[in-house]
Amino acid sequence: MEFFAEDMYRENIMDHFKNPRNHGVVENPDIGFADNNPLCGDEIGITVKLNKDKNEKPTIAEIKFNGKGCAISQASASMLTEQVVGMRLEDVKKMKTDEVIKNLGIPLQPIRVKCAILGFKVLEAGIFLYEGKKVSGK
Amino acid sequence: MAAYNVDKIREDFQILNVKVHGKPLVYLDNAATSQKPKQVIDAEKEYYETINSNIHRGVHKLSEDASAGYEEAHEKVADFIGAKEFEEIIFTRNATESLNLLAYSLCNSLKEGDEILITQAEHHANFVPWQQLAKQKRLKLKFAKVNLDSKDKENFGTLDVSQFNELVTSKTKIVSVTQMGNVLGTTNDVREIGRIVHENNPSALFIVDGAQSVAHSKIDVKKLDCDFLTFSGHKMLAPTGIGVLYGKKNLLEQMRPFMYGGDMIRKVTFDDTSYNDLPWKFEAGTPNIAGGITLGTAIDYLLKVGMENIFAHEQELTEYALKRLAEFDDVTIYGPSKIDNNKNNENKILNDRTGIISFNIDKIHAHDVASIFDQHGIAIRGGHHCAMPLMGLLDVAGTARISFYLYNKKEEVDKAIDAIEHVKKIFA
Repeated sequence: MEFFAEDMYRENIMDHFKNPRNHGVVENPDIGFADNNPLCGDEIGITVKLNKDKNEKPTIAEIKFNGKGCAISQASASMLTEQVVGMRLEDVKKMKTDEVIKNLGIPLQPIRVKCAILGFKVLEAGIFLYEGKKVSGK
Repeated sequence: MAAYNVDKIREDFQILNVKVHGKPLVYLDNAATSQKPKQVIDAEKEYYETINSNIHRGVHKLSEDASAGYEEAHEKVADFIGAKEFEEIIFTRNATESLNLLAYSLCNSLKEGDEILITQAEHHANFVPWQQLAKQKRLKLKFAKVNLDSKDKENFGTLDVSQFNELVTSKTKIVSVTQMGNVLGTTNDVREIGRIVHENNPSALFIVDGAQSVAHSKIDVKKLDCDFLTFSGHKMLAPTGIGVLYGKKNLLEQMRPFMYGGDMIRKVTFDDTSYNDLPWKFEAGTPNIAGGITLGTAIDYLLKVGMENIFAHEQELTEYALKRLAEFDDVTIYGPSKIDNNKNNENKILNDRTGIISFNIDKIHAHDVASIFDQHGIAIRGGHHCAMPLMGLLDVAGTARISFYLYNKKEEVDKAIDAIEHVKKIFA
């Protein structure tokens, strides 16, 4: 397949990389997790404040990420935070990595897929840990 | 000497006609693995089509021919690196296996408090085996320092050999040093290091990791006075899956086998086993016969072009690349900024910078750089180059790396420079 660097490093990707949305750490987070991609050394940390209304399923009230790494890993994490804010945790868990990649809207070399889904994997693990804690706390 | 005809050489490498993303392949990832000439590919095919059989076993013509070819390959390697005899050449899978063989086989002679000495800039293959051995046996692992003073651009990445005078003590049992760093592109003066090691402690063993150097320059183990030399075939035009351990015969004879099984035995009874002669004692099981034979073919090819010619050609490319990279204020080179033409070594490879150039563009991640290069059809490496401790010292997650071989051209350097311009444009 022939494609061009401009397709992979499109304007919106570069915009998210240079001006990351929801960058930082939320105060008193309900969910917090960080991981890295040993191949590249990309690092992403994600913190989440939940909306936990009594009779409602928890939703993401606020989400922030920080980290360092390649443009793809950082831009995709930034885009992810915009996408999942307000979503129910159970819907986030239903998301597939394929969708995350598709949402980026760029052609990716197989080896770069790991960069693109790092943010999502961190969020997923954070939710898992949060739920694990809740289960064990019962 | 006839003029170096790079276009003629390129005709032997079919893969250089491949198009990547619609553009002609520019292969600048030779420190990872080299491409293979048609002579090597043909030899592999010929082996399987004419003499394929198991060695040292069959009492039939094919087995005789395969055994003879495989043994002859050991002889070719011995001649290539100046070893005295073919018994000193052990075929392994790769340089990593050769180093692990040494770590496993030598570990019995080590005791708590003994010291192993390596450098800060070793590939994981010459790092992790010693680190883990040290943990298991409570040994002390010491590191020779590499000059990482960013103000000293000309000598950045070089190894001051005088420190070995202090570092090699009566407790030092193993010293293992790369001859050509796979990140910094510097060549270490392993001849002088070997001299110091053996003078300070005659019982210490000196290992040279030649994974990068053997492919690019004339090596003579007698002049280096190393006890062991390890390297891989795949970085020097041979297929993957064949590597070499050279060792001094008297040392190899004393060492325990690394693996047990077929072909490495002399006699097996229910009670005990005696081992085969060198080098077979260290080559248990059916080896990579075709790989061994074609490593011989690769050596024939390299010798025909001439190792000195290859080294000179790559030095010319390196000098040109360094000059062009210096056009950018925001490109950091992790290695000496210049080739040192003034050093009057009998063998220049002993102390110079070579055609492995690691760099970063501003703060742009090396994988973004490598991805954009890829769109230009240019294969480079981006990452930590299996030298994570060194990356920590350099305070980078990784670097981009260009590395040359005998078939590269100046025009390809220019294409790489254009790709850097493109990276900068995208990240501007």
